[in-house]
Amino acid sequence: MKSLAELQAIKEKMKGSIGLREEDKNCKRIVVGMATCGIAAGARPVLTAFADEVAKRGLTQDVMVSQTGCIGICQYEPVVEVFVPGEQKVTYVKMTAEKAARVVEEHIVGGNVVKEYTIGANAK
Amino acid sequence: MQELSLNILDIAQNSIKAGATLVRIEIEIDRAKNGMRIAVIDNGCGMDEATLARVVDPFYTTRTTRKVGLGVPFFKMASEMAGGQFSIRSAPGEGTAVEATFQWDNVDRMPLGDMAATYCSLVMVSEGTDFVYTHTVDGRSFTADSREFRAVLEGVPLSTPDVQAFIRDYIRENTEEISGGAYE
Repeated sequence: MKSLAELQAIKEKMKGSIGLREEDKNCKRIVVGMATCGIAAGARPVLTAFADEVAKRGLTQDVMVSQTGCIGICQYEPVVEVFVPGEQKVTYVKMTAEKAARVVEEHIVGGNVVKEYTIGANAK
Repeated sequence: MQELSLNILDIAQNSIKAGATLVRIEIEIDRAKNGMRIAVIDNGCGMDEATLARVVDPFYTTRTTRKVGLGVPFFKMASEMAGGQFSIRSAPGEGTAVEATFQWDNVDRMPLGDMAATYCSLVMVSEGTDFVYTHTVDGRSFTADSREFRAVLEGVPLSTPDVQAFIRDYIRENTEEISGGAYE
């Protein structure tokens, strides 16, 4: 059974390695829509996948994963917005955990928008 | 919604938006009495009577970008279709308590689903809100309290991947332990 003692060990390990991330302009942001529409369409695993993927690649200092409410395009949920400083916002639609991994790899790391997942490529 | 844990995530989002600093999530299962109770209780801004009267109406929302608000109606429906009852109490400045009951063995009761994922999602993205989650099965219970986690962590954020993994396993293992079986 897990106990808080284990959490203590994690803290000891992390302490020092955690620089307080500045809420800054250089931080890339991944924002997942977590309103009723998003949650019903599968936003929870998408949020988890983004967080896992960012962590796996050691990007937690440079990339912030956060949530927002409904942005009014419920039919395209789960919707994810990616903000890269100095670039236009990119809106990804009908996201899944698998697509999230690809967005981190190609867009966040590689700098190339995954066009086929964007709202522009999916809007009818 | 396919799982009650998703309804809980959704209802708790309302608490975050209401500026709650503390949200209590209570799940109580009593198999002998064939009952299940889920409550989400917050200390947020609360609502006046007129607003409270309208929140179960799907065509009421505080938003202006669209005309429907389905979170509360979905949860109410989930409860009522499983032979349960739904209630919501609130007062301005005091907070809101949403409570739903279910017949445990009702074929239309949705599975609880992945509460560990719901709890982790909540604490990952809301540093300003604490979540106390108590899960009781046939009188045996455990609690996950983000205030306790924070006290141990001394500034290491709850969104830290290792911390998230710890919390997820903590909830899964404790749930199995008190239910005497597999994590749902």
